[in-house]
Amino acid sequence: MECSNNMTIRKYITVLNNETIDFRSIPVLEYDEFMEINLLFLKNANNHCVNYFGIQSDDKLILICCIANDSRARIKLTRTEVEFGQDKIYPSMTAKNLAFNMFEREICENFGVKYLDHPWLKPVRYPFDRFTKTSLISDYPFYHVDSEELHEVGVGPIHAGIIEPGHFRFICKGEQIIHLEIQLGYQHRGIESLFLQKNKLLQKVTLAESIAGDTTVGHASAFANIWESLCGYEPDEELQFVRTIALELERIAIHTGDLSAICGDIAYQLGNSVFGRLRTPIINFMQSWCGNRLAKGLIRPAVNNYPFTSELKASLLKILDDFEPDFNEMIKKLFHNPGCLLRLEKTGVVTYDQALEIGAVGMAAKASGLNRDIRTSHPFYQYKNIDHQPVIKHHGDVFSRTQIRREEILQSIKYIRSMLDNIPAHNQRNDILPQPQRNSFTISLVEGWRGEICHCAITNENGELIKYKIKDPSFHNWLALALSVRKNEISDFPICNKSFNLSYCGFDL
Amino acid sequence: MINTLKILKHQGNQFIKDVTKVILKEPFRGRPLISNEKVDVTELVNLCPTGAISSNPVKLDLGKCTFCAECALKFPEKIKFTSDYKISANELSSLIIKEGDDKPIELNPVLIRKAISSYFHSSLKLRQVSAAGDNSAELELNASGNVNFDISRFGIEFVASPRHADGIVITGPISENMVIPLQICLDAVPDPKIIILCGVDSISGGIFSGSPAINRNFLDKYQVDLFIPGNPPHPLTFINGVLDLIRR
Repeated sequence: MECSNNMTIRKYITVLNNETIDFRSIPVLEYDEFMEINLLFLKNANNHCVNYFGIQSDDKLILICCIANDSRARIKLTRTEVEFGQDKIYPSMTAKNLAFNMFEREICENFGVKYLDHPWLKPVRYPFDRFTKTSLISDYPFYHVDSEELHEVGVGPIHAGIIEPGHFRFICKGEQIIHLEIQLGYQHRGIESLFLQKNKLLQKVTLAESIAGDTTVGHASAFANIWESLCGYEPDEELQFVRTIALELERIAIHTGDLSAICGDIAYQLGNSVFGRLRTPIINFMQSWCGNRLAKGLIRPAVNNYPFTSELKASLLKILDDFEPDFNEMIKKLFHNPGCLLRLEKTGVVTYDQALEIGAVGMAAKASGLNRDIRTSHPFYQYKNIDHQPVIKHHGDVFSRTQIRREEILQSIKYIRSMLDNIPAHNQRNDILPQPQRNSFTISLVEGWRGEICHCAITNENGELIKYKIKDPSFHNWLALALSVRKNEISDFPICNKSFNLSYCGFDL
Repeated sequence: MINTLKILKHQGNQFIKDVTKVILKEPFRGRPLISNEKVDVTELVNLCPTGAISSNPVKLDLGKCTFCAECALKFPEKIKFTSDYKISANELSSLIIKEGDDKPIELNPVLIRKAISSYFHSSLKLRQVSAAGDNSAELELNASGNVNFDISRFGIEFVASPRHADGIVITGPISENMVIPLQICLDAVPDPKIIILCGVDSISGGIFSGSPAINRNFLDKYQVDLFIPGNPPHPLTFINGVLDLIRR
């Protein structure tokens, strides 16, 4: 922890990834000042907003803003207090910087904070505890243009495949998409408040595993980090090793599955089948390690129930040795097939400026030349020892996002191989975690396969959770998808959508 | 062309020849066994994150179990998860495993409607509805159709429109916000239709049980034809469950 000593009055506090601080040490600013300083932070492209949320305290609403400085591996925290549900109206930060868009919409939806100049203050996910209970998901106010030349296409909430629900409303001119509006919330399970309701640690970690079942390791690791940090527990080499390997295996598995789905969406049957089957040995390895193909049950705070044995090492090395040539052969074929390239290249473009403006993270940012990778910028676990170079592409199209998957898969294989050279010994821990510290605030950033996952927790004077805030990378990136399809043929929507592969449940919580 | 043929040759045959006879290895967690060993039952019951374990006698309800295996880790002498993945049932009581039980979980033939075996025996088209599912059961349902498991060889397929479907497969605990779309989808499926609940979240709400954001009243209105436990269910659990249902 370090403070901004160079200023006469302390305006913000700086923390490291996974650091726990006294909640009361976060300086409270007047709203105007809070707004000014956070907008100023974002003038620097090395800074981005990782979380911004509210917590009710008596009749006031405390707003906490977390801005990550990616060049110095620090997170700057500020807070303010606002009135809500009153006539008081606040100027919006979104009007000056679009990166706050979703956060302010969420604060408005949950607490009824009124904003003067927010450009598009729409509902986010219709949570059960929303401020205006009369606003219903069936009455979502879609953007509409009156024109005889335009028509609307509505898709969902239930889609054609085996996929989660969400509604897409296209405004098209002929076959061309002019505008796409994405309405979510169908998957809302009230998961953040369940973190406070369910008292057992095992319940909380099970919830974390279910935030997004395709990112089990990512979200469960973020929770484990938060909990261990709150309890003052330092995860040892073995725990860090297990989580790093699991994160990279999850990345390989899902990226490979995505390549299969991308091939499916362009009707390239060979790629669809081969990538689909290449995912199988990776997730089957997960099963042979921890009993579950999606690693549910593997990540637990302060304990490892599934030692990484030398048999597992041999088996994983064999799987990777078999995987790599088959994978390379197939991806080379895909990238040399003109019919496939025609569908991938220059489709669904998000420019660098757009990605920066909306605060995109993960693959969606990296495909547009924006370097956002927590593994380098706020390193955790074994990434501290790996000289990780994020895979950055510059065209921002479907092809760039496909290329990132290829290179990240090969990169992950390389990292796993090098980590397997030095497996920490299994430690039979019987540590009983102490109670979480009182009046504390913890933030954890984890780079999942989709991008940056951010969890924040706040405890009260008894050390009980009073706020658990989850942010999946999809929270930023759905807007990137909406922007990417403009001026594309509507028939290219599926391939654009798949190239982002965003989470519905991770967004809806 | 040559490269394509090379890939085909290198891939060889990937499909599982007989999906009913695959043997999964430990630590895969399938049907549990509960011994008659004396343990601290209160502690055992309190351990479970979803209240799946009850006492006198000790029972484990697979409809509520998240297969986290914490009970087996803490009480290895009492509870052991076997690799028996054939755990689907068509009545909830079959999913409750008692102390000393060691018999396979089977469908109750009396409860299988005649229409199911006569119409869907070798062709079953399903519409999947994710009602606040976490995308894990959905991933495994997708995997059922990949070249390894290849469920379509049995005439079982997932279709895009409920109008083309013979039934629905529900995943997730059913959120309030999905109540209306789910109802519309089921209503659009022509009769006779079947309902399958896939995964612990859909069978009992799982870890989301009691959440104010979910609404499970939908399930009170209909007879469920198949319960497929698991978190998420393994593709083999799903395939064998559905085959047992339609091949009577």
